[in-house]
Amino acid sequence: MKKIISSLTVVALLAGCAGQIPPEALQFQPDNLANRQMQSRKYDIKSEKELLSASSNVLQDMGFNLDESNMPLGVIVASKSRDATDGGQVAGAILLGVLFGAAAVNYDKTQKIRASLVTKPAATKDPIQVLVTTKTGKQIKFDQPVEASNGFIVRVTFQRMVWNQRGVMTKIEGVNDADIYQEFYEKLSKSIFLQAQNVE
Amino acid sequence: MLNKRTTLRFSLLSLAVITTLLTGCQTMKERVLDSSADGQTSVELRAIQSRSFDTPDKQKTMRSVIATLQDLGFVVDKADLDLGSVSATKLSGYALRMTVSVRPGASGKNMIVRANAQYNITPVTDPKPYQDFFVSLQKSMFLQANNVD
Repeated sequence: MKKIISSLTVVALLAGCAGQIPPEALQFQPDNLANRQMQSRKYDIKSEKELLSASSNVLQDMGFNLDESNMPLGVIVASKSRDATDGGQVAGAILLGVLFGAAAVNYDKTQKIRASLVTKPAATKDPIQVLVTTKTGKQIKFDQPVEASNGFIVRVTFQRMVWNQRGVMTKIEGVNDADIYQEFYEKLSKSIFLQAQNVE
Repeated sequence: MLNKRTTLRFSLLSLAVITTLLTGCQTMKERVLDSSADGQTSVELRAIQSRSFDTPDKQKTMRSVIATLQDLGFVVDKADLDLGSVSATKLSGYALRMTVSVRPGASGKNMIVRANAQYNITPVTDPKPYQDFFVSLQKSMFLQANNVD
């Protein structure tokens, strides 16, 4: 019986050739909105260029290397490789090693952290509302946000890939830790202030 | 004795099934060119992956695409205004990679947005994920997403 089950599993895996995309992967979920708020800040600054250069300085302060940038779109992409060892996990691994031999030992060793930072003009709270009647008589309402005269919104997102000591990937995830974003924006606020004062 | 023979027979049978299935998998040429993705023609795929938006503003469209990708949990890999393309990756226990290209339509009054996605190591050819993406995008664009003829 066991053999049948294992054979069936192998067959099922081969027949599939690969997995299916989860249905919620490209759907807008309520927690997407919460993340947007956590990952965004508005700065009352006149120039998007200044904001971007302050942002890239902050990323550099944090040890990120620039991978990609596009000024007209307000995009900066940066990444860094760091250690991923966690004391508790290593202690657990040693215990496992003692109990089951070296083959059972696995702990996270290295990680790559990626960040993308995007700026966009801030919108006012009063959008232009347009009511359009189509040829078939259907009414559609459009809300067009009005760009505020000054101020830009910055949104930064982090993600990481973790490998264990054997070089096998163990984690791929987005970083959604509120503290991290909080601290990032504190640093960015300081950097913008320093830049405005021309303090190097 | 009988038991042993049954086991042997079963092993041979599953081996045969696996071999058949393996030959059913794609050849290198098909994988490089994605030429037989579920029997879909490239015209069908293009229709699934493309929408037209009534705006002549390429930069605004691209900024909306980037904002939508960020909303959906993607981290941008690359963005180029001149080429009109944005690539981004979502990591959430899986790797979902998307490239979105924006180009002006023939009328000069609209923008054609085309997205293609790759889930781990497979191309996404199912219409539903693209529909979801364009629903999010049209909310961010404040414009209706129209099918491309």
